[in-house]
Amino acid sequence: MKKELVIIGGGPAGLAAAIAAKENGVNEILILERDHELGGILNQCIHNGFGLHTFQEELTGPEYAARFIEKAERLGIEYKLNTMALSITKDRKVTAVSAKEGMFEIEADALILSMGCRERPRGALQIPGYRPAGIYSAGTAQKLVNIEGYMPGREVVILGSGDIGLIMARRMALEGAKVKVVAELMPYSGGLKRNIVQCLSDFDIPLRLNTTVVDIAGKERVEGVTLASVDEKGRPIAGTEEYIPCDTLLLSVGLIPENELSKGIGVALNHVTKGPVVNERMETSVEGVYACGNVLHVHDLVDFVSEEAACAGRYAAEYLAEKRSGISEREVSRIPVIAGYGVRYTVPSSVSVDRMEELLTVRFRVKDVRRNCFISVYADNKRLVHIKRPVMAPGEMEKVMLKKKELQAYKTADSVTVKIEEAED
Amino acid sequence: MERKELICICCPMGCALTAEIENGEVCRVTGNTCPRGDAYGRKEVTNPTRIVTSVVPVRGGTSGMVSVKTASDIPKGKIMECMNALRGIQAAAPVRIGDMIAENIADTGVDVIATKNVDVLQRRCGG
Amino acid sequence: MTDVIVIGAGVCGTAVARELSKYKLSVMVLEKEEDVCVQTSKANSGIVHAGYDARPGTLMAELNVKGNRMMEELAQKLDIPFVRNGSLVISFEKTASELERLYEQGIRNGVEGMKILTGDEARAMEPNLSKEVKAALFAPTAGIVCPFELNYAFAENAAVNGVEFRFDTEVKNITKTGNGLELDTNQGVYRAGYVVNAAGVYADVLHNMVSGQKIRITPRKGEYMLLDRGVGGFVSHVIFQEPSKYGKGVLVTPTTHGNILLGPTACDIENREGTNTTAEGLSEVREKALRSLPGLPLDQVITSFAGLRAHEDGHEFIIGEAPDVKGFIDCAGIESPGLTSAPAIGLYVADLIAALAGPERNPQFIDTRTGILDPKKLSVKERNRLIRVKPEYGNIVCRCEMVSEGEIMDAIHRPVGARTLDGVKRRTRAGMGRCQSGFCSPKTMEILSREWKLAQSEIRKSGKASGIITGIVKEDRKEDSE
Repeated sequence: MKKELVIIGGGPAGLAAAIAAKENGVNEILILERDHELGGILNQCIHNGFGLHTFQEELTGPEYAARFIEKAERLGIEYKLNTMALSITKDRKVTAVSAKEGMFEIEADALILSMGCRERPRGALQIPGYRPAGIYSAGTAQKLVNIEGYMPGREVVILGSGDIGLIMARRMALEGAKVKVVAELMPYSGGLKRNIVQCLSDFDIPLRLNTTVVDIAGKERVEGVTLASVDEKGRPIAGTEEYIPCDTLLLSVGLIPENELSKGIGVALNHVTKGPVVNERMETSVEGVYACGNVLHVHDLVDFVSEEAACAGRYAAEYLAEKRSGISEREVSRIPVIAGYGVRYTVPSSVSVDRMEELLTVRFRVKDVRRNCFISVYADNKRLVHIKRPVMAPGEMEKVMLKKKELQAYKTADSVTVKIEEAED
Repeated sequence: MERKELICICCPMGCALTAEIENGEVCRVTGNTCPRGDAYGRKEVTNPTRIVTSVVPVRGGTSGMVSVKTASDIPKGKIMECMNALRGIQAAAPVRIGDMIAENIADTGVDVIATKNVDVLQRRCGG
Repeated sequence: MTDVIVIGAGVCGTAVARELSKYKLSVMVLEKEEDVCVQTSKANSGIVHAGYDARPGTLMAELNVKGNRMMEELAQKLDIPFVRNGSLVISFEKTASELERLYEQGIRNGVEGMKILTGDEARAMEPNLSKEVKAALFAPTAGIVCPFELNYAFAENAAVNGVEFRFDTEVKNITKTGNGLELDTNQGVYRAGYVVNAAGVYADVLHNMVSGQKIRITPRKGEYMLLDRGVGGFVSHVIFQEPSKYGKGVLVTPTTHGNILLGPTACDIENREGTNTTAEGLSEVREKALRSLPGLPLDQVITSFAGLRAHEDGHEFIIGEAPDVKGFIDCAGIESPGLTSAPAIGLYVADLIAALAGPERNPQFIDTRTGILDPKKLSVKERNRLIRVKPEYGNIVCRCEMVSEGEIMDAIHRPVGARTLDGVKRRTRAGMGRCQSGFCSPKTMEILSREWKLAQSEIRKSGKASGIITGIVKEDRKEDSE
């Protein structure tokens, strides 16, 4: 089987990428989706709050997904459900398997990686204690409740105040469970501020910062967990232990981009994001292979996933058009985009001034909570951007726009650096 | 004059609002970056409301559950009543987004509607 | 009345049962848990030891070396992963006296091919070894085996050859009768001519029920960490440090499935169910493993666990008929190298019973077993043929380990099949990978529920009280609103 573009993963990223590619002239597109429906994790995110940027209205996850699914259907984009991509090669051959079609190979001219991410499990945290039933990652619990309709527990402690943890605190409370506490290792919540209000405060669920789980009791089913305060390095402080009886521990302790397929073909990964290193075209280190969505870096809002994925789809379409017309990727010089002071990472990691569009969105996250600071962008020593922000937190993705016009003069710069600067009095 | 600190929940920005209250009425909201924040600040103090989302079982569908929401905000104090009223309610496939699942939930004047399409499960006839 | 009842479906109990099924004997295995391989046998290093550790002249030394030699053929016959990758005992001391002692001991125990290496020679074999390593004892006959599959293979093969398994059956008391022994269990009374006590950390409890010559078993906890398969190439041999009085110390080893395993610690405890990990234990594992291999990618830990070794006061296998109880055969104190020795222990115990009971050989004995079919090992053509016949083999359930629905169904329906999530996990690896069952557990639950015709609320992780779900959405909420 041959396709111009194969997209691995039919969640929000894959759908937006497919739609953009189709709208930009790619005819033979195939989305491979491992689940029995398109939409990815949005299908289990039944809460509202999606789509304000994209549709200027507040939608639930399934509604947001449905808009993209309907559009993809309308555009006649081909997809295969219940189909797992097993491996890919550097020359973009995809091997996949499904019950219906068995194992098959697709030769693609371009590939978009949009496999999403997975949750960090308990084991990765090395929380001591027993290994009973009743410990779930928040997303697994969300699937059980919202898709399967089963309650995973009655008395719940949640570790991690990322958005999924907060959303699940409310969800469990709504369905009648007692959520005793949300514990957070860091001195701040990893989730959106509004989720603290509407998921915790509304339901009188306490949030304990600088706190972690240091023991899990119960050999077969969770019987309780021991919480302890942590010092500034995150180490439990002896004497602060408190035992909380519960039958369930939900973990919302981080998401990891799923790059096993990418690693198989040597796609260079960023050690901070654990996602591929991409240039301004969302292209990875392997020619013709693009990445977008949570496989690239973990997002806070699906609206930004759609936006980023649409770019990837558009650039993949451009690449295919150039390939068709015999233009091979010109040797382009790229300036590295560097995460400077206070910034954990940037996407993209490099920019070509010649190849960039008039405006380039650089997304990043800050290292810790910042108030009244500036986001600054420097080309070598020259400051190009300086924007004041009242507050920035690691839980929320930030962005800054680079103008081609402004960068023209710095084509030979050694680097473009995004950093945080304190307010100058 | 009384002041109340709020976090706006209208969008992910989460603006820190201050509502100034006089004689039980909000006279001023500051800290918002858009008009919706102003409206939220006024309402949150006097009559807080929320959208409620949940799932209900669906018969004969490609999924066992269908996600639902209140078609608009309901009073915050009615959330659990709304959840209780959803008990025992079942939908039947096919369900389309926007289909009414429960009318005038918990006497709020607001309907509960489906937020997901669920098609009819095509069962193969056994020989 | 059964000819032989084996108490305990761990690796020793099932090895014994399989060997006994070579005779015309009625054999039954009683297990207090709901599956085979759920206690000590499931949480150990999975090492096939060369045999230089045990004191020469002990049963432990004899059965270790013998078990090691049996493993290759057994692995082939029973279709279990086994690799003879060799081990290194590394020394940070300038004088390699401890290594020399082990070497001498190994020679006396009959271990072949050992060699003492310089630090550089060891690093040439294992480039990530610490620069501080001054010398190493290389034993090429050491290897690794999948401890679960060895246990399941014994059990399945025993079952195929007529051995009956009774799960959730806990022996509460044992009494001598005129012509054998009577076992009181929570599932009624069982009578047998011979009883094999392979009850792991409970072996002393059972022994002491019926024998006046008391023994004592101490649960010795060992904590472990497992690294993602993605970093599996980091070591290729089993790396030990010099032994201490509590055993062989913290090792680092590849597993037969390509992960890296670190551990165990050694800490004597009271609680025979105390399989919890501890902050101290895990940090000891980290520190000691890093001493051997300073570059170990500890950020790739996917899970940690603890197992209990059945340590007997004399640190020797107690295998044989209790002196004061005719027909009661102990198989107690089976700590490391218990897994290695298990095949030899099975043979030893079966020979012993055969000598006492004089049974005929079972001419119908089938000595091979086929493991769960792994589609990944097939050619594309074969795999597609398989999927056409049984489409479930094309439906990937566990994406981390790429396990299909077909494999999970096989695990459930084969002899002594899986009944729980952990049972499926240990048989198929579904849920064993980097996401630790986050993605696949709902689907695996659905398959278990469908195949066993059980409600989802009856699906358990491991153990009677280990239900996964506690209710149905919209059906278990409080009536009153707040």
